[in-house]
Amino acid sequence: MAFEYEKYLRPGKLPHIWCPGCGHGIVMKGLIRAMDTLKLKKEETALVSGIGCASRLPGYIDCCTLHTAHGRAAAFATGVKLAKPEMNVILVGGDGDGTAIGGNHFIHACRRNINMTYIIMNNYIYGMTGGQFSPCTPTGHKASTTPYGNPDPGFDIAKLAIGAGATFVARGTAFHANQIDKLIVEAIQHKGFSVVEILDDCPTTYGRRNKYKSVIEMMNRLKEVAVPVKAAEKMTAEQLQGKVLTGVLYKDETKPEYTAEYAKVIERATAAK
Amino acid sequence: MSKKVAFLQGNEAAAHGALYAGCNFFGGYPITPSTEVAEVMSIELPKIGGKFIQMEDEIGAMAAILGASLAGSKVLTSTSGPGLSLKQELIGYGCIAEIPCVVYNVMRGGPSTGMPTGPSQSDVMCAKWGTHGDHPAICLTPASVQETYEEVIRAFNLSEKYRTPVMVMPDEIVAHMRERIVFPEQGEIEVVPRKSPTVPPEQYKPYDTSFGDVPPLAAFGSGYKFHVTGLNKMQDGFPTTKAEIVQAEEERQVRKVDANIDDIVTFEEYLLDDVEVLVVAYGSTSRSARYAVNIAREQGIKAGMFRIKTFWPFPDKQIKALAGRVKGIVIPEMNLGMCSLELERCAQGKAPVLGIFRVDGEPINPDQILDKIKEVK
Amino acid sequence: MEKTLPKIEIIEKYCKGCHICVEFCPKDVLEMKGFYASVKNLEACIKCMQCELRCPDFAIKVITE
Repeated sequence: MAFEYEKYLRPGKLPHIWCPGCGHGIVMKGLIRAMDTLKLKKEETALVSGIGCASRLPGYIDCCTLHTAHGRAAAFATGVKLAKPEMNVILVGGDGDGTAIGGNHFIHACRRNINMTYIIMNNYIYGMTGGQFSPCTPTGHKASTTPYGNPDPGFDIAKLAIGAGATFVARGTAFHANQIDKLIVEAIQHKGFSVVEILDDCPTTYGRRNKYKSVIEMMNRLKEVAVPVKAAEKMTAEQLQGKVLTGVLYKDETKPEYTAEYAKVIERATAAK
Repeated sequence: MSKKVAFLQGNEAAAHGALYAGCNFFGGYPITPSTEVAEVMSIELPKIGGKFIQMEDEIGAMAAILGASLAGSKVLTSTSGPGLSLKQELIGYGCIAEIPCVVYNVMRGGPSTGMPTGPSQSDVMCAKWGTHGDHPAICLTPASVQETYEEVIRAFNLSEKYRTPVMVMPDEIVAHMRERIVFPEQGEIEVVPRKSPTVPPEQYKPYDTSFGDVPPLAAFGSGYKFHVTGLNKMQDGFPTTKAEIVQAEEERQVRKVDANIDDIVTFEEYLLDDVEVLVVAYGSTSRSARYAVNIAREQGIKAGMFRIKTFWPFPDKQIKALAGRVKGIVIPEMNLGMCSLELERCAQGKAPVLGIFRVDGEPINPDQILDKIKEVK
Repeated sequence: MEKTLPKIEIIEKYCKGCHICVEFCPKDVLEMKGFYASVKNLEACIKCMQCELRCPDFAIKVITE
């Protein structure tokens, strides 16, 4: 049966602003399916974003939505979550917003292990501003600010999140559309800071400059590079060259969750009073 | 029953004032000379089920309190110069998204690292012009520990009443000195609650002006769903670039404060009935000014002091009136001339403005002010 | 039991002509007609929902009742 996305969309907002073939719409559909699977109450769900193409997502979703400043989603969301721990708090944003200007708030939200889910739509470019390179643009690739090829090495968002203390890290791609909502569901169910990186594509500002003749080529690349983490265990390093692991990459259910720990602070403070 | 009395530091008084006003969320970051506020809040808030968080930087602290305010909390952050500069973008966010919050900023030697333990009054322009774009500005400048306590309460009330960020800016002397403080009883000082919506969720618009210039604000997680953004927005909270809406909304946001100056602006008039030489002062400098005015009076000079307690909106009306009936205006301030610019603007040449601008990290002392009073012919 | 055909609805107002649905339909049911996607061969549709799943723009619905 056709999935009723309308139940979660604010009326009259489509067509959305994302370019033809941009993967963000696919990720948004995955998020909506995940919200439906979990039957999240819209009034108790806060969707927080920074600035950039991906960060326009909350405007379309019918719940408490907060479109903050560039890079600050995780810090705003920490305020919402700590003030109202009972709310479902979901962050969305792009790779530039999340790991460049937002990097400090990102790693600290991971470190605190505060119970939120951060969906990073990694299209390895700054799309909104016309295609400058980001901390995730592959070395050597072209962007409007790396006309001679990107000299920068990039982040591995998953390793960054794990290293900083996030306790659930998963990766999917815009090609593997039916996996997106499953990863998001598991991430939201996880008690602690969960990161779901979705490898996305930006045909307009990244694809054109890096010899992808069409969206289809970009989608096929995502299909080709992705290797489920289970399958990768049986592959050699050489086979894994240039591949990207997908699925649940890391999960730790032992680390205390931040708002639960703060509740204990309140207990200690009120007991001592 | 006699009232509770204490011997408190300015920063400690600020924290207790916030608690009196119903603050239940503090987001901060350590910085001399305002860290004590954070320390007191980390002790007191959990006792009442409130939330304290020390964020990774001042930007994070400002973001966290804005998020918490949207979730229904009454919020405070405290900082000083360098932190205030870092928070500017999000103070602007608080203005355009119209999010009640209080930013307590202790003025220390600037710019940059400056003199962390030294006093200054050089952030007052920051309070109005620090962030980009047109926006409302309310900034209070207390001059005593008791007044810091009371002005923080007033800041919370103004931020709720006008649904906008409010700044409280003591200089380092006021923030760090200890003085006797008399606590008001519960209910003695009015505490303004948040203006919540009266319409059901499905009709709620976060910037609904059918209720006047200050739209009611619902809370995330209270059954209301709404959108908040830093973009220019329509009444339903969604972004717009329609010229007439953007113009109307920008004007409304500024007007909601500037049209209520008489409700917001406070000051103290000291010996102004027959004043000939007007001393304008604020913060700890006003204590030296009062002393100098008293000595001048003993020496037969009709001096008087107008003490600014609300720096923004600036008390134009009062200064304009006074400028017409004095021979000169003396402005001692711990910066290189900021309030003096506003005084010249208001005096419109009717009276000369003589400044004492001290930025060496030392307070301005009375005889400096007395000498300047005597210069006025 | 005779196979019930779904109804495939294409909302041209939302379709941005990105080709994804046409490309990834396993049964070649769809084609680009001018700028928009359109149904070429409904009978071949096996209701795998790939087109609806992959469309970034909510522009295609596969209605099966």
